[in-house]
Amino acid sequence: MTIMSYLGAIGAAQREAMEADERVVIIGEDVEANVYGTTGAGKSRKDKGDFLEMFGANRIRNTPISEEVIVGAAIGAAMTGLRPIVDLSYSSFLYMAMDQFVNQAAKNRYMFGGQASIPVVFRSAMFYGLNTGAHHSDRPYPMFMNVPGLKIIVPSNPYDAKGLLRTAVDSDDPVLTFEACMLWGSKGEVPEEEYKIPFGQANVARAGDDVTVVAISSAVPEALAAAETLAGEGVSVEVIDPRTLVPFDSEAVIRSVQRTGRLVIADPAHRTCSAAAEISAIVAEEAFESLRAPIMRVTTPDTQIPFSPALEKQLYPNRTKIEDAVRRVTGLMANTLNNELTSPAPRM
Amino acid sequence: MDLSSQDLLEMQRRMLRIRRFDERASKMVKRGQIPGTVHTSIGQEAQVVGACMALGDGDYMSGNHRSHGHPIGKGSPLGPLMAELVGKATGVCQGKGGSLHLADFAVGSLGESGIVGSSIPIATGAALSSKVLGNGKVSLAFFGDGAANQGCLYEAMNISGVWDLPVVFLCENNQYALSTPAHTVTSGVIADRAAGFGMPGVRVEDGQDVLAVFEAVTAAVERARRGKGPSLVEVVTYRFNEHSEGLRLGTDYRNAEEKAAWVERDPIVLFRQHLEREGIATAEELDALEAEVLAEVDEAVRFTDESPYPDPSVAFKDLYTEPIGATA
Repeated sequence: MTIMSYLGAIGAAQREAMEADERVVIIGEDVEANVYGTTGAGKSRKDKGDFLEMFGANRIRNTPISEEVIVGAAIGAAMTGLRPIVDLSYSSFLYMAMDQFVNQAAKNRYMFGGQASIPVVFRSAMFYGLNTGAHHSDRPYPMFMNVPGLKIIVPSNPYDAKGLLRTAVDSDDPVLTFEACMLWGSKGEVPEEEYKIPFGQANVARAGDDVTVVAISSAVPEALAAAETLAGEGVSVEVIDPRTLVPFDSEAVIRSVQRTGRLVIADPAHRTCSAAAEISAIVAEEAFESLRAPIMRVTTPDTQIPFSPALEKQLYPNRTKIEDAVRRVTGLMANTLNNELTSPAPRM
Repeated sequence: MDLSSQDLLEMQRRMLRIRRFDERASKMVKRGQIPGTVHTSIGQEAQVVGACMALGDGDYMSGNHRSHGHPIGKGSPLGPLMAELVGKATGVCQGKGGSLHLADFAVGSLGESGIVGSSIPIATGAALSSKVLGNGKVSLAFFGDGAANQGCLYEAMNISGVWDLPVVFLCENNQYALSTPAHTVTSGVIADRAAGFGMPGVRVEDGQDVLAVFEAVTAAVERARRGKGPSLVEVVTYRFNEHSEGLRLGTDYRNAEEKAAWVERDPIVLFRQHLEREGIATAEELDALEAEVLAEVDEAVRFTDESPYPDPSVAFKDLYTEPIGATA
């Protein structure tokens, strides 16, 4: 084992994937200069070298700021023999290429009767919580969950970031990975040897008996912190990190809820049609008899992300909100129907 | 590039295949035998075939909603194409694509797109893989005058230029985006836009002349294959039918004289005259060729009629390479 940052784990996965298969290429804005530290052995070229030196300009390609053709060309290249990793930097930039994601990446294999396989990975980071304002702070994975044909992963720690990215590159279907910028610096143990984490297998980040908390992306460390606090109050919380949203390990969540009878979902996306909304529906349909309390969602309310730290900080799921939601579903705190924890102020 | 008599006859054969296939498809739409709609390439056969024949068998292409001509021009057999139009299990896309989304990877056809302009980046990406893998393949993107005003074309031209990608951007300028005359929505000349990206831009004024199209596209393909990068070729042509079959517009957006003048210059008739005049084939031989193509179309329809519809379970197949759980 070695200690690695989340960002370092992504870089390590990319290097291993590049070494393992010559068809893997990395394209994106600023990848040659290793601006984010994911296209080099370290942050500094001088220090440890970077991918441009290691793999050459044929396989590491800076792009113009042209998301539509970056995404579309990666799809076309994947349909004809390459296995591209596309670095789109900010998740908010995915919208620039929506047609290519929805009409080409997701549909081509299906529409052409299985003639195409599209082994391409689209990486992007969600810069929420960092005062970058409304144009950089999106958490748009639920939009893409509504597009059959895409796989969606949301790693929450260095170990998962590395293992899931290796699996993503091996996948013959398009994979979108949503990395939380907030987690970039977080450190964790990562095996020295190569490993891959299968999609569709949730991780029980903490075992517990009283309440199931399904947490997504940066909500996972918050849920773990909440669980620690609640343990002191005598409440045993199970924290489940689905790790991949498509495919989604519904069995793991249902099994847990059948034991605990209570479900809280912490999801940094906007509330309406969030991943939390879908998970709630799955559990309500398939484990209704096990529920001893209403399902509670801790999400970002349906408002845009403001710039000022005084405004932004309150919006995302955090340990306090998760703790309160758990207290409510366990009856330690009065529940309210209007759920003011996560709802926005009335829209004017 | 010197064309053998055999190549020239193959050009005529492919143009005839497109014409007869689309004539039959048009009838079948009107009789309710083809669900949905189709967009025919009738009148544009020289532009399609001249471009396709300039490509090698292993080369790639992508196309648009006016879709049947492209795979036919690239050599795709007619039976599975017709079966696809009807939605049969034996369709080239197993009945999941339909007229608007034909693809036949066996002949390098990477797919037609129902979204105007959307397949241009796909062809660009195929050119990127050729470049990275060094396999010498060229890629061609068909798009219309309507798509010439989509931003993705210019993103694609720019990135192809900086990477010297082996791609040909082939604008099929049939002069109307549905009812909208191209000149009313297009600033300047489409071919001239190539200059802004430092690549050759050629305008083939007579897109009814299959040899003129072939010559221009061959130059672009050879340039791409030599590693010299992309080109833009604009071919001026005309569709003889309505935008889509069965479409009835209240307005007569195309002037009758203009239409008559273009129909007069039928690319198949013109090329037949050329073949006879040059002594490539006799009238009898060309009649026989026409009969062969008609028989091919009849056979494609028979194949389609005798084919089963897909099992409903096929709706859940091939979304992913391995099922991930989506079922009824």
